[in-house]
Parts: sequence; C-alpha cells; structure tokens
Amino acid sequence: MLGRLSFSALPLDVPIVVGTFIGVCIIGIAVLGLITYYGKWGYLWKEWFTSVDHKRLAVMYIVLALVALARGFADAIMMRTQLALAYAGNPGYLPPHHYDQIFSAHGTIMIFFLAMAFMTGLFNFIVPLQIGARDVAFPFLNNLSFWMTAAAFILVNVSLFIGEFSQCGWLAYPPLSETQFSPGVGVDYYIWAIQISGVGTLLTGVNFFVTIVKMRAPGMSWMKMPVFTWTAFCSSILIMVSFPVLTVAVALLGLDRYFGMHFFTNDGGGNQMMYLNLIWAWGHPEVYILVIPAFGVFSEVVPAFSGKPLFGYNTMVYATCSIMVLSFLVWAHHFFTMGAGPDVNAFFGIATMIISIPTGVKLFNWLFTMYKGRIRFHACMYWAVGFMVTFTIGGMTGVMMAIPGSDFVLHNSLFLIAHFHNVIIGGVYFGYICGMNFWAPKVLGFKLNEAWSKRAFWLWLVGFYFAFMPLYVLGFEGMTRRMNHYDNPAWYPWMLVAEVGAVLILLGIACQLIQLYVSIRDCNLPENRDVSGDPWNGRTLEWSTSSPPPVYNFAIVPHVHSIDAFMHDKENGIDTRQAGAQYQAIHMPKNTVAGVAAGLFALIFGFAAVWYIWWLAVVGLVGVIATVIARSANKDVDFYIPAEEVARIENEHTRKLMAQAAE
Amino acid sequence: MAHDTTVQTAGHDEHHHESPVVFGFWVYLMTDCIIFGSLFAVFAVLRNQFNGGPTGHELFEFGGLGLETALLLVSSITYGFGMIAAHKNQISQVILWLGVTFLLGLGFVGLEVREFAHMIAEGAGPDRSAFLSAFFTLVSTHGLHVTCGLIWILTLMVQLMGTTEIPERMMNKLTCLSLFWHFLDIVWICVFSYVYLASMI
Repeated sequence: MLGRLSFSALPLDVPIVVGTFIGVCIIGIAVLGLITYYGKWGYLWKEWFTSVDHKRLAVMYIVLALVALARGFADAIMMRTQLALAYAGNPGYLPPHHYDQIFSAHGTIMIFFLAMAFMTGLFNFIVPLQIGARDVAFPFLNNLSFWMTAAAFILVNVSLFIGEFSQCGWLAYPPLSETQFSPGVGVDYYIWAIQISGVGTLLTGVNFFVTIVKMRAPGMSWMKMPVFTWTAFCSSILIMVSFPVLTVAVALLGLDRYFGMHFFTNDGGGNQMMYLNLIWAWGHPEVYILVIPAFGVFSEVVPAFSGKPLFGYNTMVYATCSIMVLSFLVWAHHFFTMGAGPDVNAFFGIATMIISIPTGVKLFNWLFTMYKGRIRFHACMYWAVGFMVTFTIGGMTGVMMAIPGSDFVLHNSLFLIAHFHNVIIGGVYFGYICGMNFWAPKVLGFKLNEAWSKRAFWLWLVGFYFAFMPLYVLGFEGMTRRMNHYDNPAWYPWMLVAEVGAVLILLGIACQLIQLYVSIRDCNLPENRDVSGDPWNGRTLEWSTSSPPPVYNFAIVPHVHSIDAFMHDKENGIDTRQAGAQYQAIHMPKNTVAGVAAGLFALIFGFAAVWYIWWLAVVGLVGVIATVIARSANKDVDFYIPAEEVARIENEHTRKLMAQAAE
Repeated sequence: MAHDTTVQTAGHDEHHHESPVVFGFWVYLMTDCIIFGSLFAVFAVLRNQFNGGPTGHELFEFGGLGLETALLLVSSITYGFGMIAAHKNQISQVILWLGVTFLLGLGFVGLEVREFAHMIAEGAGPDRSAFLSAFFTLVSTHGLHVTCGLIWILTLMVQLMGTTEIPERMMNKLTCLSLFWHFLDIVWICVFSYVYLASMI
C-alpha cells in the first residue's frame, strides 16, 4: 500500500534534521497563520497562484529562488563549518552519509532552483516589456512551468524530512548512483526532481523563444533588439537544445534503477562514461544558460548608469551568439581524465580557451561603455564592477583548467570548486542581484534601498574572496572535493579562512534580507516611489510603461525606430506611450487553475514514484494528463479589457506624470 | 496626424499576431527530436554490448515489422485526408479519418507490444544486456509517443463531435497533431533503418 515508505524513513535519529524540521514547521505555521489572519488566501489564489500574467509569475519565480538561496546557503555554511572542525581526528558534527547529502543538495538546489528560477524570473519580467509585447506567447504554459519548478523544489525539500537525498553529488555519476551502491531513495528523489523541473524549464525555453521570434513590436528588427532580450533568446535556444539531453541522461539512470537495465551499470555491458558525456552535453551549455542572461543584465545596467549607449552593440550580439555555439563544443573538458587521447583532449582544450575571446570582447565593451561616461555609482554599478573583476579571475582559472595537462592535476580538486564558484557567484549571482536591484522599481513600483544593497555587495565580495581563494590554494596542495574530514595540517588554516568567508557571505545575505524589509517598509516615501516609470533614465521599452506596468503592459503597442527605442523617443520628443490616443479593447488570457493542479499532480507522482507507491503514481500521472485534457477542452480562456477601462488606467498614469513634471 | 497613425496601429495590432501555437509546437517537436537523437546515440554506443545474450540478428523478425511499418505509414496518409476534410469544414469526414488513423495507430502499438512481450518471454527483456536496454528504450519511447498521439486523437474526436464548424483554436490543434503524427513517422523510418534493418543485414 505504501511501497517502501514506513516510519523508519523519518530521520528521527538525526538531531540536526529534527531541529530543522521543527524550525520549518514553526515558520511554516507562522506564515500560513498570518495569511489566514489577514484573510489573504483568496487574494493569493486569484491574483498570484492562478495568474498567467508574466509579471506576477516573475515575482513568484524570484521568491522561489530566494527561498532556494536560503536552503542552499544553509547547506553551504554547514559544509564549511564541518571542514573547519573535522581535522586531525575530530570527526566534526556531520557524519559522511549526512555530509554527502548536504553537498549533493547544495549543488542541485543552487543550480536548478536558485539560479534557474531567478533567471526565469528575470526573463518573465523583462523580456515581454523590452520587446513591446503584452504577454509571452503561451501564458498558460508559463504558469504551468512555474508550478512544475515549484513542485520539483518541494520534492527536494520533502527529501530532507522523509527519507534521504542523493549522496552522489549534484550530477549523480554512475555507478555510484546505481542501485548496487545507492539502494536508498535519495537518488530517486534527485531523478524525479530533475525531471519535473526539467519539464518546466523546457517549456520556458520554448515559450521565450517563440515570444521573442513572433511577438516583437513593429519596427524591432533583430539588430534593434535590447541586449538582455538577445541573451534571453540565446539562453532559450540553449535550453531547448540541451535540456532534452539531460532528460534522457537522467531517464536512463532511472531505467537502470527502476527496471534493472544496463545503461551505466558495471555489468551487463553498461558504459558509465556515456552518462558523463550525456550529462555534460547538457551541463556545459547549462552554465552558459545561466551566465549569458547575467551578461545581458550588465549590458543594460552599465549603459544606463554611464549615460551612454552600449559600446559595440553588434559585437556584443555576435559575442553572445558565438558563446552560445561554442558552449556545445567543450563538454569533454569536464573529464579530460577519461582517456580519450591527446587529439580529442587538445580539441576540447582549445575550444574551451576560444570561449574566452568572445567573453573578453564583452568585458571590453562594458569597460568602453564606462569610459568617458557620466557614471552614477548606484548600487547596481557596484555589483557590475565587482562582477567584472571577479568574473575575469574566474575565467582565467577556467583557462588554466582547460589545459589538459594541468587539468590532470587539478581535476576533482578544490581548485575546480573555487573556479566554478568564482564564475557562478561572481558572474551569475552578482548579475541576477544586480538585475533585481535595477528592475525592482519596475516590478514593485518603488526603489530598493541602496545603502543596504551596497553593504550586501561589500560583504558578498569580500566574503567571496575569503571563502574561495583559499580553495585555489588547497587545490594546488592536493585537497580533493567532497572530503568529509582530513589530517593534513597544511590545509587546516586555509579551511578556517574559508569559514570566515562563509560567515561574511551569511552577513551579506542578511543585509539583502534587511534591504528587502527596509525597502518594503519605506515603499511609500516620495523619494522611493517610482511615479515616472523611468527611475534611472532608462534606454529600453520597459521603462516607457508605468511602474508597476498595467496588466496589458502597453495600451498601444509601441513603434521601434532604433536600438535603445525608448531613449530614441525621449531624445526626439516622441511620446512612446502615445497618451491620449483612442484606446481599443485589449484581448487578454484568463487565469487558470490548471497549472496549480498539474503541478500538484506532478508532485504526487514524483513522491509516489520515489517510494514505489504505484497506485498513487498512477493517480498522479492520470491527474496530469486529465488536467491537460480538461484545459484543452476549456473554451473560456480569454476576455477583453474594455477600451474605457484602458483609457481610465492610462489617463490616470498620464495625470500622475504631468503632476510630477509640474513639480 | 499622430492620432491617425495610432488608431491604425491599434487596429492593425489586433490582426497582426497570428496564433503562435503551430510555430511553438513545431519548435517543441524539435526538442523532442533531440530526445530521440540522444537515444539513437545511446543505441549506437551500446548496439554491440550483447553481454552474451541474443543479438538483433537473432531476435528481429521481418514479418511483424513490415506490417507495423505499413500501418504507421498509411496512418499518416489517412491523417492527411482528415486535414483536407478539416480545411473544407466537413466535420463528420474529419472524425471518420481521425477514427481510421486511430485504429491504424492502435494496430501499430498492439503489434509492438506483442513483439515486446514475445521477446521478454524468450528471456530477451530490457534487463538482459545493454544492447537490449537501449533497444527497448528507444523503440518504446517512440511507442509511448504514438500512444500519446492516440489519446490526443481521441480527445480531439470527442471535442469535434456535435460541433458544426471548426474554429481557429481547433484547427491549430489539428495542425499540431498532424505535425506530431508525421514526425513520429519520420522517427519510425529512422528506427526501422538504423535499429532493425542495420541489425538484420
């Protein structure tokens, strides 16, 4: 009846987990209680959970990403603390089987649920506004994608309290992840979380690809598209090409585990290196999926705060596209030690180094944009400049690892860990936080507090160097990754320095939370409110609407005359909004419960499949299919916003703009 | 003057965006194509890993396979007839041709299941060797797609019943399903040549 699930699956013997569980319950009950107390369930349901508005979904994605950040960072600081203690006979406080789950969960959560969710949130908010569209191409699929991602994230967190998570690292290499060596439910939780969130991500990729191809405002030819939209476009293509490969790799691992097949097993003719090739054919493009949009953010932020157009728009576009293509030609550099031979390794080594050329082009473009610019050192610029320095160092250590000879030494050492945190934190994370600070007024209608953002920046930057520079040294000294304890006295001081770095980053995250609190508390102060919709003297179309934008984004679809369309209009005295024009009724999609329902059924299916509760798995799967069919039969999916309503909203905004101009 | 252009813009806009559904679905099919591409690559790697078990040459029989292929190829033609009828708004004809396509597809899946059951009964199941794992996974992924197509056909038949005209949304669905069905045909031709024919020669 309940498959492998029994009371012994509850980790009641691990005090850390029990304590966490109690903490999560208290916070959870408090949050649910507050929502109930203030009677906000109907509001959340109608305005958020069932919404197909890309702006609402964007906010939900970013909230999900911040929750994932909390969970993923808790894992990180636990690991650092373990290694600061577990030296010379001291076993530390985390036994190996628990420690292994923590580093596996850390990687999985940070990549799939922090970075991917944050990125999708930024896409959702900015892309339709930048291209002058009223929504994405498939609003319902957008909602469905979110709930699939959320269901997968819930599944990962369920594993904390019921059963266990994978102990095989974030990519679950076989044969360790095969039943023979990992008979528990951990890898199964991993498999189903990846597959369910993969559905969401793939649909997001298709959605944004079609949106950008089909729904650009009239006049916006390809080479007039804002750079962030270009990066979202390239990222979407990478998603569509690489995520199916991930789906296959993880599905085959699942078939090995569930049906005793022999894709990657030691016996029966299986081939483990095939898994590595498949997973990295996804995994390497994946890091570009994440970092290319971060480049896009900086390409919007640096011009806005330098008061100049982006230096070298064309080269920026070509560099982005080159990186997109090259990202598929480098996957074998993740396993130079496989034994593919010197010619193969030389090819992949050189291809990897070539990527630094378009990346260098981008870096110089940002620097030349700042050169002779009228730079405002807003908090966003702090994150941008911090990125330029940090990411460059990370890129250079990447080139070091691209040399097969040196990689044979550095492979699987802490040098690698230092390298990819250097590019993921210094590139992806700084980029997304920069983007959040930049576009928050558009999303929320008020600016985020700048002082706390700068404090968070300094703590993150200094904390990062403290936490990861020692890891480069430790890599040279031969310390491998994923160690639970060690005896080498030369490593110990560096581990203590890294722990200090982790604490500084913790304080940085605290500053970010304080920033959010202070910003929301002070959101009605006149200096924080964004009445104009254009707080930074922005260059692209998203700044031409009100903040937050009306549900339909643009009452009248703008005409694009050049790159930086809004700046062109401002300089030539054209009213992009065409205020006072004769408005027409606007066709909009209706809210739907289908996304929530499909996500819930997917969660049920995933949980049941992990625990071999087959009847429940059938319920979940049939539920998903039935939801999709029911949605397909539903004819009541759209409505019109009447022209009078549009006129009322637009005139209200025009009145506010005039009042502000008069002041 | 400014007013004139804006009114035209707004009016133009309402008709400007044709539904992106068919294009979007085609793009989605290309991602599906990558799933099949990966599975073909996996099969290529493992096709000689027999683990002392039976080889493709010993297992595959041409008779059932030829019939399966014929059923699927003909079903693409009958679906095409359905689409012609749909463009002429002859709903009963559409339902009829969808029904014929459904039966042909069902026959294909039935034959495939029979072949699989036969192989498993002989001890040549997917857990026997890496070659058989790759074979069963690739072929049944295609079969699973056909099964999804069958459910989709049934759904559209039910939705079409009792209607008198085919609105744009329904036409889009029929076109997407048409793309899907023909796509599965193409994949099957690759499966037939690369998995079966290359093993039997």
